[in-house]
Amino acid sequence: MGSEAVGVSLSKKAQSDEARGVALDAYARVPGFYTLFRTELVLAARRRSDIVNPLLFFVTVLAMMPLGIGPEPEMLSRMAPGLIWVMALLATLLSQESLFRGDYEDGSLEQLALQPQPLYFPVLAKVLVHWLVTGVPLALLSPLLGMMLNLGAEGYWPLFVSLVLGTASLSLIGAVGAALTVALRRPGLLLALIIMPLYVPVLIFGTGTVQAALDGYSFGPQLAVLGAILAVAAALAPLASAGAIRISLEN
Amino acid sequence: MSWQWFHRLGSPRWFYQKSSAWLPWLGGAALLLLSVGIVWGLGFAPEDFKQGNSYRIIYIHVPAAFLALAGYYIMAISGAIGLIWKMKLSFVVMRAAAPIGAALTFIALFTGAVWGKPTWGTYWVWDARITSMLILFFLYLGVMALSGAFSREQSGDKASALLALVGTVNIPIIYKSVDWWFTLHQPATLKLTEASTIDPSMFYPLITMIAGFYLFYAWVLTLHTRTMILQREGRTQWVRELLGAPAPTKA
Repeated sequence: MGSEAVGVSLSKKAQSDEARGVALDAYARVPGFYTLFRTELVLAARRRSDIVNPLLFFVTVLAMMPLGIGPEPEMLSRMAPGLIWVMALLATLLSQESLFRGDYEDGSLEQLALQPQPLYFPVLAKVLVHWLVTGVPLALLSPLLGMMLNLGAEGYWPLFVSLVLGTASLSLIGAVGAALTVALRRPGLLLALIIMPLYVPVLIFGTGTVQAALDGYSFGPQLAVLGAILAVAAALAPLASAGAIRISLEN
Repeated sequence: MSWQWFHRLGSPRWFYQKSSAWLPWLGGAALLLLSVGIVWGLGFAPEDFKQGNSYRIIYIHVPAAFLALAGYYIMAISGAIGLIWKMKLSFVVMRAAAPIGAALTFIALFTGAVWGKPTWGTYWVWDARITSMLILFFLYLGVMALSGAFSREQSGDKASALLALVGTVNIPIIYKSVDWWFTLHQPATLKLTEASTIDPSMFYPLITMIAGFYLFYAWVLTLHTRTMILQREGRTQWVRELLGAPAPTKA
């Protein structure tokens, strides 16, 4: 009985070793991803303003909206999904300008590009951190703003889920623009000009999700499309960003 | 098979010299087809029983919209050729194609608005096709803005080529999503003329106009490319000789 138990625990240990081996293998296959991810997260946590500013922007501009269009609850509740989504889009866009800037200016982007590994995974790590510190908090905050804008309660959950999925795509697509303009001195407006048209599908399906829920329909299909956009963006956008970084470094 | 012709194609000088011979043919054929099509379409094609004479704007509108879309692909493909084979000429073609395409998109939007007033009673509606054309216009403007933003010409070339490629991947997605958005949001307040089979007496002048626009596009693109080649290669010996400027004196 006892020896059996030992045997089981031994085989368990062997399994966990094996699992660790697989995990190590995965690290080796995506070199630097985990390290860079952790570094970026620590950096983001230390630069509080990078996290707080997009959120403040989001809330402040949304507070301007009723002042501009009037406080009638019916009108606000009709416009709420669109307003919240457009503001989330702008907040993501504005925070994206600095995505590669610091690394470009202090030369670490060049070091990353000089590595013998592809740039795909470093870019993915940076975008993931950007999404975690801007997109996810925006999504978490959105039900509160939805309540202030008189959005129906059945819209909160779809709004949150669509923003979580959608802002990830926005971060990925915006990274291409950030990489293309990183060598320019003042890219702000140019970045908006080149990236906004590419945001259109995400915006349409993001607001579509909330609208469908408000109208009493199932919003699964819209979420599925948002997920599909995210999958395509995750596969292609880091590649394009990596190419763009190499172009910018030549400048 | 030898690839000599392909590499020769990349030389701006070779292109400049060869295209001198093409220009009169292209221009002549374009003007001939356009004038035949205009007179035929505006003067002799029968009146539409529902829209009266106002439908005749399709003879400008439809070919311009055709070329606006095709022009984006021409621009993106020549940008891709430039990125892959590092050809100077294809970047010049890409840059030359951007403003022409933007102008055609604008013409398509403008004629559409003029047509919309008598037909639908309003200059602008957020119809799926109009909205996608507007986004296409923004995509063109983005490529133009980005290519002009770099002080180093080669970086501008490559960056805008990459942006054009990213746009190419996005265009079908944008078109589909805008289509979907329109069917969801827009109540059936207005009906576009149903895709009725167009009568041959109206169709032949339209085909003539489309062919004429294609030739006109090729002509203008060649002219613009030639001008840009001269601007870019202004320091080379052959351009100086061509323009009769004195050879650079060694100070």
